[in-house]
Amino acid sequence: MSGDIRRLSAIAVTLALALAPLARADEPAVEHILVFAAASLAESFTALGKAFESAYPRARVEQSFAGSPALVAQIEAGAPADVVATADSVSMDKLERAGLLEGKPTAFAGNRLEIAVERGNPEGVRRLADLARSDLVVILAAESVPAGRYAREALRKAGVAVEPKSLEENVKSVVNKIALGEADAGIVYATDVQSAGGRVTGVPIPEDENVFTTYPIALVKRAAPRPAAREFQAFVLSGEGRAILASFGFSAR
Amino acid sequence: MTGGRSPLRALPIALWLPTLAAATLLGVPLVAIVTRAPWPTLAHDLTTPEVLTALRLSLVCSVLATTVSVLLGLPLAWLLARVEFAGRRLLRALVMLPMVLPPVVGGVALLLAFGRRGLVGAWLDRYLDIQLPFSLAGAVLAETFVAMPFLVMAAEAGFRQVDRGLEDAAATLGAGRMRVFARVTLPLAMPALAAGAALCWARALGEFGATITFAGNLPGRTQTLPLAVYIALETQPEIAFALSLVLLAVAIAVLVSLREHWPAR
Repeated sequence: MSGDIRRLSAIAVTLALALAPLARADEPAVEHILVFAAASLAESFTALGKAFESAYPRARVEQSFAGSPALVAQIEAGAPADVVATADSVSMDKLERAGLLEGKPTAFAGNRLEIAVERGNPEGVRRLADLARSDLVVILAAESVPAGRYAREALRKAGVAVEPKSLEENVKSVVNKIALGEADAGIVYATDVQSAGGRVTGVPIPEDENVFTTYPIALVKRAAPRPAAREFQAFVLSGEGRAILASFGFSAR
Repeated sequence: MTGGRSPLRALPIALWLPTLAAATLLGVPLVAIVTRAPWPTLAHDLTTPEVLTALRLSLVCSVLATTVSVLLGLPLAWLLARVEFAGRRLLRALVMLPMVLPPVVGGVALLLAFGRRGLVGAWLDRYLDIQLPFSLAGAVLAETFVAMPFLVMAAEAGFRQVDRGLEDAAATLGAGRMRVFARVTLPLAMPALAAGAALCWARALGEFGATITFAGNLPGRTQTLPLAVYIALETQPEIAFALSLVLLAVAIAVLVSLREHWPAR
């Protein structure tokens, strides 16, 4: 499904990269870079990519969004990513240990969890403990993705036992099924609630039960140097990049 | 089939390359699964509790989906094969649609139809307290939606091949319509029906897109083998490779059992 789409898009990008020099031999070279980013970064990185392209007209940014472990698995399998941004350091450490990164990863943003409920909170969910109610359809992200692991950490802190009805393969899927009304509640990133633009309502989680997360970004080792990839990473870490991330609800690190 | 076979050298030289490329394209990925499978730990990988849970669930769901497909699909196939009515071609197109529709679109369609806020689902939820998403029934429904067309198409072809003279003879001898269907039509069409059921089961067993979209992913309830492969690939690739090998073996077994039904040999 979406895995196929991601792989296909990776192939399409590779083809585009291979064919680009043929198509525009007489024009100044446009450098295409491929950015792999966590699902929770979809909206903010799309905006970052656009802003970067207007600041660096010679660069074209293609992006692929997926759960962080999927990104890691794809890069391990040789996907031609230039930049990778994951939702946790566990995923990034895996890439670093495998010797697939160029330089050290840098933390660029922070996030926190929120309970997502149907628009207007018809079930009156107030706190994590409410998610144990048997009349609620609660879904979580799978434990294989960072959002799922963080959600369990928050539930553990709150001392709440939840029986999820589904373990979705990435955090956006949790948001979408709540927005569609198929599930009553789930634990997602606060930024996901904001990005959903009113399709779901967020219920804040108090600090002592919340989990504060860090997003690292790094360059992927490639055969040929890619200056635009380095520029993109610098752009994300720049004041302008941080302002864009903040506008999507991410905190500074 | 008419038209005899020629020796291999009759293939024009220019067609050798694409032919070989096609065979390679289709064959190499399957060989890769076999060579990359974790053979030394296979027995262990395939008997972990998570794998056994997914295996059991997959068998239950695919058998149920095939049963539903047979119960609902056989009468439909007979209707398509034997009764002339307005809208028959439209109905057949409707039956075939899930075969060409991307399964994930099928999943979205099922959500919009049978989800809690769906066309029919809202009604099921309100009056019968039935919620299909995230349930085993939902997984069966998703598999049935995608797999039933395979049964209906095979069965329709099977019913068409039955000699109507034999049915008429039985009727002349006093058999009622139901009896003719059960004692003459059904046995004569049986090989085609069995082939259709096998294809339907294999398709149900392999269902991924509609299932994860409509039924979600919960071990023991809706996480069937293909979903387990997909999730495992990210964290425990060896398990994913081992499960892929199992599904490949099942697919080959189904094809071998159907070899009598291959178009030509």
